[in-house]
Amino acid sequence: MAAKTNRGALLAALTFLLPVPLDLRAAEPAKNTILSTTTSTQDSGLLDLLVPLFEKKTGYRVKTISVGTGQALALAAKGEADVALVHAPSLEKKYLADGKLLNRRLVMYNDFMIVGPGADPAKVKAAKRSLEALKLIAGSGTRFVSRGDNSGTHNLEKSLWRQAGIEPRGAWYIESGQGMGATLGIANDRNAYTITDRATYLAFRKRLALGILLERDKPLLNIYSVMEVNPANGPRINVVGGKAFADFMVAPQTQAVIKGFGVEKYGQPLFVPVAGKREEEIGG
Amino acid sequence: MGLIWDGIGQAFWLLFTGDPEIWAVTWLSLKISGGATLLSLLLGIPIGIFLALTQFPGRSITVALINTGMGLPPVVVGLFVSIFLWRSGPLGLLELLYTPTAMVIAQLVIAFPIVAGLTMAAFQTLNPNLSLQLLGIGASRSQLLWLLCKEARLPLLAAVMAGFGGVISEVGASMMVGGNIRGQTRVLTTATVLETGKGNFEIAIALGLILLILTFAVNFLLTHIQQREQLRWPKPS
Repeated sequence: MAAKTNRGALLAALTFLLPVPLDLRAAEPAKNTILSTTTSTQDSGLLDLLVPLFEKKTGYRVKTISVGTGQALALAAKGEADVALVHAPSLEKKYLADGKLLNRRLVMYNDFMIVGPGADPAKVKAAKRSLEALKLIAGSGTRFVSRGDNSGTHNLEKSLWRQAGIEPRGAWYIESGQGMGATLGIANDRNAYTITDRATYLAFRKRLALGILLERDKPLLNIYSVMEVNPANGPRINVVGGKAFADFMVAPQTQAVIKGFGVEKYGQPLFVPVAGKREEEIGG
Repeated sequence: MGLIWDGIGQAFWLLFTGDPEIWAVTWLSLKISGGATLLSLLLGIPIGIFLALTQFPGRSITVALINTGMGLPPVVVGLFVSIFLWRSGPLGLLELLYTPTAMVIAQLVIAFPIVAGLTMAAFQTLNPNLSLQLLGIGASRSQLLWLLCKEARLPLLAAVMAGFGGVISEVGASMMVGGNIRGQTRVLTTATVLETGKGNFEIAIALGLILLILTFAVNFLLTHIQQREQLRWPKPS
């Protein structure tokens, strides 16, 4: 046991752990644009398509932070992001009214659906409107899984319960606190109903026994908008970069890309581009 | 069951076809966690030795803090490191959030108490008379430390493994301070969460397997070093 082998062994152990280059820091900060957005835009794969296009066109480097809509908006309002792409109109309007976020522009929509077990114990399939469906679920006390995470989907669900005049509470109402995919999995295992966006449902379809029970009802539209961050929200906000991304999202070429997205994989588009329209003109 | 086999198949496919994105993600995981472990050794070993060999007021509370730190929840570390690195936070000027550096910092915070705590334990198990003997035969202070390190190298390598194992496998802090940005801060654990969220279970399983293989390879190497030394240890006469 010569001291040499000892030192050699220690050195070998250390050099193995050494491959940490000093250039771990990202490129020049001014060229970074932080986009706070929702998990659904990322999980659908849309951003993987759009972000490189934007980066190539403008030279900005985008840092996409995908979190629930509640957190995405809160981060932007704190000035921790430069631009927000989210889908919770009622929540968005609060931030606009407070002046934290500016220049809300509609980008696209997709739609939510009520899905549930094939046996449909609450007879949701007979309902024509989403509010009616929720009343049937609550009335029959059949299990319902809520995202419970202040995401855009959760906010839409909460506003539907409010409109239906029901305060969801009790053993039948399960809050998953997780993303849409995990929530679908729970609903599937527990034979429960849930509200899901079409893109996530299609991505998980082959593993689910849940069927689409209600769709294409106007309150179930899922509208995405892009908003710029008020430079007064905090230090070091990349205002120009944020605006460039917002402009990019509503540009005609981008809208054309959105229109075609998903057709190849799912046989149907996942999002409908609506830049330039007003909320009242959408869907129906 | 079929799903798991599909995942295993996909893992080997991704590894052996050399899918560049998978390799980049794997390499980044190794760089970040390796870097954080290395830094935690530089900090944790001296502090662990210091705590083991000295007495000072407040020592017991420091030791208790380090021992608690060995079980720091990564999400809590992620939250606090995020708050410090926010643009509006005390270190916002550095613009480090959502960079690999931020992930190294968070992982360092996780690994440091593990390394310091295990180093301390390793040195405390040494026979106190050993230092006296070494000093008695004329060892200088630095020689003494080096000889003690050699003496304690088996548990020290265990500390390295525990530190590395703690950070390569954590997801909460990496997700929060790194942001799981494609091509920039996406590592094996955060990519696994993402692919699970997307419903790509085969890819998620494949990523999980790659992570296990990587952790195994690192630990195998370290264990090899550790146990080889063990075998060469002369038998007491």
